[in-house]
Amino acid sequence: MDKLINDFSFGLFIWQIAIFVGLILLLKKFAWKPILDAVNDREEGIKNALLSAENARKEMQNLQADNQRILQEARLERDNMLKDAREMKEKMVADAKNEAQAQGLKMIEQAKAAIESEKNAAMAELKLQVSTLSLSIAEKILKDELSNKEAQTKLVEKMLGDVKLN
Amino acid sequence: MVISNKPLRFILATLVACLPLISFANPEQDTVKVKTEVAHEAAEGTHAEPTDVKSKIKAFINHHLLDAHDFTFLANEETGEHYGFSLPIILWDNGLQVFSSSKFHHGEETAEHNGNFYVLHHEKIYKTDASGTLTQEHGHPTNATPLDLSITKSVVGILGIAVLMFVLFTGLAKSYAKNGGIATGAGRFFEPLVLYVRDEIAIPNIGEKGYKKYMSYLLTIFFFIFFLNILGLTPLGFNVTGNIAITASLALLTYLITTFTANKNYWGHIFWMPGVPTPMKFILAPIELLGTIIKPFSLMIRLYANILAGHVVLMSIIGLMFIFKSWIGSTLSFGLAFALSILEILVAFLQAYIFTMLSALYFGAGNEEHHHEEAHH
Repeated sequence: MDKLINDFSFGLFIWQIAIFVGLILLLKKFAWKPILDAVNDREEGIKNALLSAENARKEMQNLQADNQRILQEARLERDNMLKDAREMKEKMVADAKNEAQAQGLKMIEQAKAAIESEKNAAMAELKLQVSTLSLSIAEKILKDELSNKEAQTKLVEKMLGDVKLN
Repeated sequence: MVISNKPLRFILATLVACLPLISFANPEQDTVKVKTEVAHEAAEGTHAEPTDVKSKIKAFINHHLLDAHDFTFLANEETGEHYGFSLPIILWDNGLQVFSSSKFHHGEETAEHNGNFYVLHHEKIYKTDASGTLTQEHGHPTNATPLDLSITKSVVGILGIAVLMFVLFTGLAKSYAKNGGIATGAGRFFEPLVLYVRDEIAIPNIGEKGYKKYMSYLLTIFFFIFFLNILGLTPLGFNVTGNIAITASLALLTYLITTFTANKNYWGHIFWMPGVPTPMKFILAPIELLGTIIKPFSLMIRLYANILAGHVVLMSIIGLMFIFKSWIGSTLSFGLAFALSILEILVAFLQAYIFTMLSALYFGAGNEEHHHEEAHH
């Protein structure tokens, strides 16, 4: 202990305190603070990067889910549209068919009417022809069988009756 | 037959066991030593100069353990030449007295400056008269000692380490900005140590909340002690951290920081210990108060004793080489010195770690929050 006290140098003690305190203050300002700040920043940066990567991953997942949903919706929409189109087509075809039928019927009616009128006209013509024919026949008969009056008359009546039946 | 897997340990153990046998096997030498010393003292009076190898080594070790007023790399004792350089002597003796240490001629002469005479005795400066007489009492001179503010070898060492640390760590700090947050250069090697001090010493002992304000001190003290310990292992012959004045100043700073940053809870535990009967509180208060001083005192002694012991042991073993003067003994001494040097590197780191760790622990104790109430919730 005596040696310890004897060896104790106050000058060295004072120098040491002065230099060491100076060193602490200098290093604090120029080294430790920037170093620890930089290291902290770096650690924060790494932490943030990891967090943002995780977020990005989640977002990606969300996006993918969204995409899936949108795709699903689009598919549904397409199906609906296709279905609508098919229905419309069927309806149009049916309408067209109906109209065509109606038109056809109408035309048939018209044709029938035309045929009737033509037939009537032909009948009238025929009747005219028959009457002229019968007149000519009658003339001929009259010419041939004017002697036999009774038989002639009977014949005329019979012929006329035949003509009427026609 | 059992063969050990630790041959090195066996060799070392055997060597250590054999050392006393070899070193005390020559009683003739002792008688020679006594004779020469007596003769020497008769010739020169009070100032005995050791002449035989053993006492020379002892004197050399003792000299090394002290601070030095000049920087001597080696000396030729036959011609008395010293190879090194002088350092400035700064004294406060009725005003500032500044002169070069070359005036002392390595303690052999009395230095005269401004009409005052000084003599260097065991690396301590005493005031004396023109003839350089020292009045001795119980082996210590009783002459007046002026306040010695000289730039000694230790101060040179401290300044050198301070400059080295400043350059190294400002370089590291700058490299972060230059290289986008990643360290480059020599400082890069020390970045893991900085992080180690923060993550393994400061945060676990002080706590996440208050550790930041102590970081500058802890980092500085860690690297300061570590570098000075390593410097002490170089052949330059520094013994800075093995000097009681250095460790005392470091311990004093730890004590002051603990005392001035401690919270109410800390003082409450010292002066009025909660949870013990009132009479006990009066007994505990002085013990606790004494404990606050003993803690830094133990820091001071621990670092001083560890480094001093390391230097003494290492130098003694190196000295043994010159005592043996035989190829086998000297070779074994060299091997032992080599192994111990490696161990000393570990001790250099360990002591820096322990000093920093315990400082952090004391700061942590001074900043502890009230845990007792929290426990009840």
